[in-house]
Amino acid sequence: MSDLLGLTAATQAELIASGEVSGAEVFEFWRGRAAEDDLGAYLWVEEETPADPGRLPPVAVKDLFCVEGVPSSAGSRILEGYLPVYTATSVRNLQEAGAAVLGKTNQDEFAMGSSNENSGFGPVQNPWDRGRVPGGSSGGSAAAVAAGTAPWAIGTDTGGSIRQPASLCGIVGLKPTYGAVSRYGMIAFASSLDQCGPLTRDVTDAALMLRALEGRDPCDSTSLGLPEAVTLPSAERLDGLRFGAWGLAEEGLDPGVAEVCRRTLDRIEELGGGVQEIELPSAGHGISAYYVVAPAEASANLARYDGVRYGYRSPHYDDLLGMYENTRAEGFGEEVKRRIMIGTYALSSGYYEAYYGTAQKVRSKIAQDFAAAFEQVDFVVTPTSPTVAFELGERTADPLAMYLSDYFTVPMPLAGIPAVSIPCGLSEGLPVGFQIAGPAFSESRILDAAYALERTIGFEGVPVP
Amino acid sequence: MTEAVRQYEPVIGIEIHVQLATRTKMFCGCELSFGEEPNTRTCPVCLAHPGVLPVTNAEAVHFGLMIGLALGCEIAPSSIFHRKNYFYPDSPKAYQISQYDIPLCTGGRLGDVRIHRVHLEEDAAKLVHAGSSGRIHGAESSVVDFNRCGTPLVEIVTEPDLRSAAEAAEFGRLLQATLRRMGVSDVNMEEGSLRVDANVSIRPAGQASFGTKTELKNMNSFRFLERGIEAEVARQEQLLAEGGTIQQETLHFDPEAGSLTSLRSKEEAHDYRYFPEPDLVPMAPTEEMLVRARAALPELPAARAERLERELELPADTAKLLSFRSELGDFYETALAADSDHPRRLANWTINELTAAVGDGDPADTKLEPPVLARLVAMVADKQVSASAAREVLAVLIAKGGDPAQVIEAQGLGRAGEEELGDIVDRAIADNPDAVEKIRAGKQQAIGALVGAVMRETKGRADGGEVQQMIRAKLGE
Ligand SMILES: [Zn+2]
Repeated sequence: MSDLLGLTAATQAELIASGEVSGAEVFEFWRGRAAEDDLGAYLWVEEETPADPGRLPPVAVKDLFCVEGVPSSAGSRILEGYLPVYTATSVRNLQEAGAAVLGKTNQDEFAMGSSNENSGFGPVQNPWDRGRVPGGSSGGSAAAVAAGTAPWAIGTDTGGSIRQPASLCGIVGLKPTYGAVSRYGMIAFASSLDQCGPLTRDVTDAALMLRALEGRDPCDSTSLGLPEAVTLPSAERLDGLRFGAWGLAEEGLDPGVAEVCRRTLDRIEELGGGVQEIELPSAGHGISAYYVVAPAEASANLARYDGVRYGYRSPHYDDLLGMYENTRAEGFGEEVKRRIMIGTYALSSGYYEAYYGTAQKVRSKIAQDFAAAFEQVDFVVTPTSPTVAFELGERTADPLAMYLSDYFTVPMPLAGIPAVSIPCGLSEGLPVGFQIAGPAFSESRILDAAYALERTIGFEGVPVP
Repeated sequence: MTEAVRQYEPVIGIEIHVQLATRTKMFCGCELSFGEEPNTRTCPVCLAHPGVLPVTNAEAVHFGLMIGLALGCEIAPSSIFHRKNYFYPDSPKAYQISQYDIPLCTGGRLGDVRIHRVHLEEDAAKLVHAGSSGRIHGAESSVVDFNRCGTPLVEIVTEPDLRSAAEAAEFGRLLQATLRRMGVSDVNMEEGSLRVDANVSIRPAGQASFGTKTELKNMNSFRFLERGIEAEVARQEQLLAEGGTIQQETLHFDPEAGSLTSLRSKEEAHDYRYFPEPDLVPMAPTEEMLVRARAALPELPAARAERLERELELPADTAKLLSFRSELGDFYETALAADSDHPRRLANWTINELTAAVGDGDPADTKLEPPVLARLVAMVADKQVSASAAREVLAVLIAKGGDPAQVIEAQGLGRAGEEELGDIVDRAIADNPDAVEKIRAGKQQAIGALVGAVMRETKGRADGGEVQQMIRAKLGE
């Protein structure tokens, strides 16, 4: 049975389909693996095998997805012990496709962070080097898949929260087009950016999971689904495809990461693809725009955690205002409070145009940059993260350095377009992620290209000690 | 009030919040509440649980479009919702989803008053404060009932076109009648399905620019609105006459004490940090939606009053009453369809005798059928029954139904015949020698005593004028 550990989710699904192994056996195996997690990747693990575990291996679910009756706290003390009365559409879609919930994974509080160190329930260790971060905010999901305590997982990406931890943990992470997957039941961080997506062993698994996740949801007015059914990737060559490389000359890009990414560009050419450098003139302002838009939306989205109806309520108060203030002061972590304050300020009367208004303009310029780029090329490719996994505690005192971790991943959600990160090699013994972005709804094409590259790169997972 | 005070002209604008009579709430599937047990009409969405998203109620948009079209507004090709942020326990999300700079409808007019805008939003929850203060400050505890939370609201804002408290109340009644006629709201001010705020300022007569305005909040009847505005205008006039300045503030009118108290001044005004609601897509009404909204509009009170006045030559006040209370108008027009010979007399019977009997109720809820009223009125016109006897017949018809002729027959209310009446008059003359004496002496008013005696005797089955004529004839006058 321990054979399952080395298999992709798609292969396990085939074994279940052929009757070689039962869904219950697969669930049991992974439940045992998840229970043995010692990286801090899980906040909750299912204890019982469901009556009908389904045709797909079970899935690890980022804590911010509401699952009925299962603790769902978005990594925040303010929601500690909160039991949702409903299940997120994305999770239900997975359940209906045959993937049961295996457990809830650790994350940065309310998805605000790039290292998982902002979790209200402790950090997560990177299975490649336990002294290092797994990335964030979907750090628990990424670490669990990389460490083989989950066959696959879902996370959310707002400015890079799927792709960056996937990169730092050496797995595949896909952020779909905004609107491809329902946001209903995802505890909101920044509503105009948040998107659910897969964190998987390989590209085929990502496609298989996206197929189950996507779809228009009447409960989410901004959801559209994908216009065409997701096809499983099969490309062996990249003939005729044009790749626009962006960011390889950026200051702050680690030379080792740049080197591995350049080698990946060579492989694209070996497979018949064309590589050219492209400009995205406004994308460099992505971080600035992002850190206005996302906190602004978050300041409103997180205002409901007031101690009145559910979640934490401070025992220290004399009146309503005192209850609000102490509940929020005690319930939220430092980074969340920082962003609520930034967002509140950015929306204040007299500052709205200068901050929120300007950020929205930058956002449309970035979207225009991508639209112009896709006139010349089929895909935009970049390093996923400027560095490999950094050490725990290395950037916690320096929010700006932390924010720059998302330099290459922030422009895509600002433009609403899909992007995948695949592992493309090692630098200093740690995984490097390579990002492939395409126009809205081009998921199948992105995954096809990623699949061809994945085959030639032949990346091995976490080295067994 | 002194002459010096009279030189100011009031400038008044009205903001009306109307709860829409949709089946479900504005952004979730909960059914609207009508006095159910607290917190029984709730779901994760209207309780603002983590992860939920709003979905706009299509029926509320339809009603919003109907109102916009009825008021002659321009419908925005694409309008958006904003978040209006504030912390209070009646707002579970800590923001209200409302419309801000691009509302559903702009411009328009009702009567002589221009409409500034019409927009959609959601209602807040209801707070109940235990303890003597009745407010959240000083309350021993406060509880929240979320049944009302998320009820669809339409806010209608007028231009500052009103020039007196009476005009404001009159406009409010027309708007109320219009919305009631459209069936988009219960428009019940006491129950809060229609809430009125007034912006009040005064300016020296002839001055074009506006004075500083104050806002009168939440008056729960048009009578209180009128009295509140009067009180506020008087307060402002006195303040200016004494050389003071008007503060921009929100005021509460206490109808019992007739006093105004300040709720909050501008310095404490909230910064609502409005920004576009990212969870919703723009509302872009299709041609089909507009056609459907237009088709759903009934004849509105202002148009009906105009038609009744023009086609049936009813007096303006009568036509207005029949139009503002559309249940009366409907009853009247149904009766008129059965017998169209006496439109004015039928109208008078409807607005006087019928309303005296049913009060604010709907005559259609009684046993009286509209054609029966028309028949009764025709019998009065044809002098088959006296007016006062017909009133008694009407009371029976309202309570028990039936046919007027049968009721008259059964109760002996038919008009007294000439022979019978002659006998009664003879008796009255014989019984009242004093009055006869006086009449003969030229005191004409003394005839009233004789007429009264005859009317008492006939129990109202005779016509007063006819009785008088007969008395004069018999006395040889
Ligand atoms: Zn609800």
